[in-house]
Amino acid sequence: MKLELRGVTKRFGTLVANDRINLTVEPGEIHALLGENGAGKSTLMNVLYGLYQADEGQIVLDGVAQNFKGPGDAMAAGIGMVHQHFMLIPVFTVAENVVLGNEPTKKFGLLDLEAARKKVRELSDRFGFDVDPDAVIEDLPVGVQQRVEIIKSLIRDAKVLVLDEPTAVLTPQETDELMQIMRDLAKSGTSIIFITHKLREVQAVSDKITVIRQGKVVGEAKPTDSASELATMMVGREVDLKVDKAVAKLGDTMTLRVEDIHVEDDRKQLAVDGVSFNVQAGEVLAIAGVQGNGQTELAEALLGLRPVLKGRGAIALNDKYIDHLSVRKRLESGIGYVPEDRKKDGLVGEFTIAENLMLNGSYGKPFAKGISIDFANRDRIADELIKEFDVRTPSASTHAEKLSGGNQQKVVVARELSREVNLLIVSQPTRGVDVGSIEFIHERIIAERDQGKAVLLISTELDEVLALADRIAVMYRGKIVGIVGADATRETLGKMMAGVSA
Amino acid sequence: MSRIEVTSGMFSQVERKPSLKAPIVMSFVAIVSLVFFGILGPTSVVHFQITEANALVSIPDLNLPSNSLGIWASVVLLLLTAASFWFGIARKFVPRVLVIVFGLTAIVALLGWIAAGADVPVGFLLGNTLVLALPIILGGMGGIMSERVGVVNIAIEGQLLTGAFVASVVGSITNNLWVGLIAAMIAAALLSTVLASLAIKYLVDQIIIGVLLNVLVIGVTNFLYSQVISQDNANLNFPGTFDRIPIPLLSQLPVIGDAFFNQGATVYLTFLLVPALWFILFRTKLGLRARAVGEHPLAADTVGINVAKTRFWWVTLGGAVAGLGGAAITIGNVGAFGREMTGGQGFIALAVVILGRWQPIYVSISALLFGFAIILRIWANQINPVIPVDFITMVPYLVTLIAVAGFAGRVRGPAASGKPYEKN
Repeated sequence: MKLELRGVTKRFGTLVANDRINLTVEPGEIHALLGENGAGKSTLMNVLYGLYQADEGQIVLDGVAQNFKGPGDAMAAGIGMVHQHFMLIPVFTVAENVVLGNEPTKKFGLLDLEAARKKVRELSDRFGFDVDPDAVIEDLPVGVQQRVEIIKSLIRDAKVLVLDEPTAVLTPQETDELMQIMRDLAKSGTSIIFITHKLREVQAVSDKITVIRQGKVVGEAKPTDSASELATMMVGREVDLKVDKAVAKLGDTMTLRVEDIHVEDDRKQLAVDGVSFNVQAGEVLAIAGVQGNGQTELAEALLGLRPVLKGRGAIALNDKYIDHLSVRKRLESGIGYVPEDRKKDGLVGEFTIAENLMLNGSYGKPFAKGISIDFANRDRIADELIKEFDVRTPSASTHAEKLSGGNQQKVVVARELSREVNLLIVSQPTRGVDVGSIEFIHERIIAERDQGKAVLLISTELDEVLALADRIAVMYRGKIVGIVGADATRETLGKMMAGVSA
Repeated sequence: MSRIEVTSGMFSQVERKPSLKAPIVMSFVAIVSLVFFGILGPTSVVHFQITEANALVSIPDLNLPSNSLGIWASVVLLLLTAASFWFGIARKFVPRVLVIVFGLTAIVALLGWIAAGADVPVGFLLGNTLVLALPIILGGMGGIMSERVGVVNIAIEGQLLTGAFVASVVGSITNNLWVGLIAAMIAAALLSTVLASLAIKYLVDQIIIGVLLNVLVIGVTNFLYSQVISQDNANLNFPGTFDRIPIPLLSQLPVIGDAFFNQGATVYLTFLLVPALWFILFRTKLGLRARAVGEHPLAADTVGINVAKTRFWWVTLGGAVAGLGGAAITIGNVGAFGREMTGGQGFIALAVVILGRWQPIYVSISALLFGFAIILRIWANQINPVIPVDFITMVPYLVTLIAVAGFAGRVRGPAASGKPYEKN
């Protein structure tokens, strides 16, 4: 099926998320939609899928203009979508998920699950998916869940399949498998729209590339174009993809010692299962791994937001055990912490930038005098930090939620680095952040290292890990699979991320 | 950007801890039973009156000294406790059947102790357990129907009270209990539409609406009762109750026949409704969609299910079912409306929904436990006024508290329960 978007415009209030976008996808084509976070890719696809209504423009399928009132219409017209956040019911089986909304029934609306299972098996065999129709979704690895999503679209006869950031949650090997699936599907005539901001994947799999920036199509590119050319188009200026850094100058102190800790997640399952490592002053130790392998719980345990199981492990900062200390005491003893979800844990969206910048020191100098806030001092410090960390904002009294992801993150980083710290824990520091801010934040992290501070970087982005780390520990299912040097290959790390020790 | 929630169960392969909480609670109960009902128990004979007069097969009544019954029952309890310890140590969940048998045995021991030197009318206790549990069962079904689609319905209490009031008044005025019953269901369903529309369309906090509706209904019924109804009770609040209709053969079964199958219309409706709800929820398209909406509304939306509409109708029909529960109090049992006569049973229904894991059959069984507690208090007070009955009446609440606190394994409700779904 040939898909055309003609002059699609979508506004949210005064913000123009999509500005007269034209896009043509030929049958059997893998068409990459490349753009930074916030460029408007997902909005465009939600318009295509009927979740949003376009303010202007048309969606045309095989020459016929469409008018989608909801996802049901889009699906009926042959559009399938694998969302970034999977749209699967965790407690349902694969078969139940796949047929939901389109259930085969016997008499009296009785579910015909046998028919559903058969369909799943057929598609699974045809494309080599290896999916058990009776497995419950929440017990499946993410890669398999994604295949369930693809089956869900195929079972509805999708002719155009949209994959929204599909590789974000996959190991490099799973990514390769997915790309093979994409090629097979394209060969069988399905058109694929592949949304991503990862240049390597675009080059590897796509037939054609459309680049979007700030809601506008800025041009088309070929997969043979170089990564720096693509990056320049995507960002709109020359981008330095490498982080310049000198060889680490290790200090004498072992800043952080983690000894065999065990931590449970919210559901009382063991999420960190006997993890040990050290971070020396002057180095960046990266914890790599696919999202959801215990990294979140590890970071929270180090800060004291989540208890380490009693008698099962210890944490020492500068040779002093800190297990029994409260979060505030730990912060005061020199930990800086950039949480993985800045909107949830890093900032108070309804607070101003100045207020957010004093969150971790509101009770004392320099922000408070006695029991009252020293407003003049607070505003002076805020203005300084905004300048130093290049936060793009109208003023220090702007609410944090009004800022872009990159600028919000700079506020968090500014707050954490403005104190005297000797250990910096940064979790997913550049998630959802524009390229300009990524460069800036990376430079600051390396600068901290070069000042002799210990840095623990937790990241699921392999590129980021390779760019910043001096040593890399890979986490899988709550355990550290191994710790390797920064010269480890992508392939080695990929295997480790799937649980194979190096 | 790229972000996947850590979904529950993702680490379920890593480790599942053996839970010894249930066995520990069980051993406590077994030891209490052994010491107080057995070793220190009274020696007078207790008489279990098992067979009703009209039963088809007659089972001989049981006559035993109270203390030896206590000892025998306690031995069974200890064996079951040992078995559950074995399950716990083998890292397995204790089977529900075992827990149910344990509970029944403990109840037998308790009855034998209370009624030392007297009769235990088994049929009478069972029948009243069922009738008194009815509003809780039906309230629970209403709760399931709304929570399964993701709306927390705190207003069950108000819906029961509405149903009780309307059934009595309309039944009296029209002199037709069936009209009263239908009117009760419609009235409670209308009350539910208020909850549904405020919660779904206007995204008002569901708990707050629920609490307000409860207070509102108490106010309105109290006002109407004291200002209007009580002026002319004979014509406005004297509907009578549904006739008992014995079901052929079934009503002549030993032990349970008369108790379960010689009852009124509200009981039989409940017998039909509970399995029907289970069937619809777990075997049909409608149920699959409803559960999807309660677990992950956005996912349901993306496959073309209308979340708001689904929620609205399930919550509304859930209200009708709760209304039936209210009717079961007045025209099913008592025969007249009284001020605030539901006395918190709607809130017990809420707890029972959790205790029964949002499953119609288990919820009904849990509700029977509370029905039993009510009749036990009434009966034990007559038979043996020395025993601190209120203390025993506490037990079901204690059980609920323990269960709800997660002692009896994982309790996981519909994931999106209580969360409004906002479409862009």
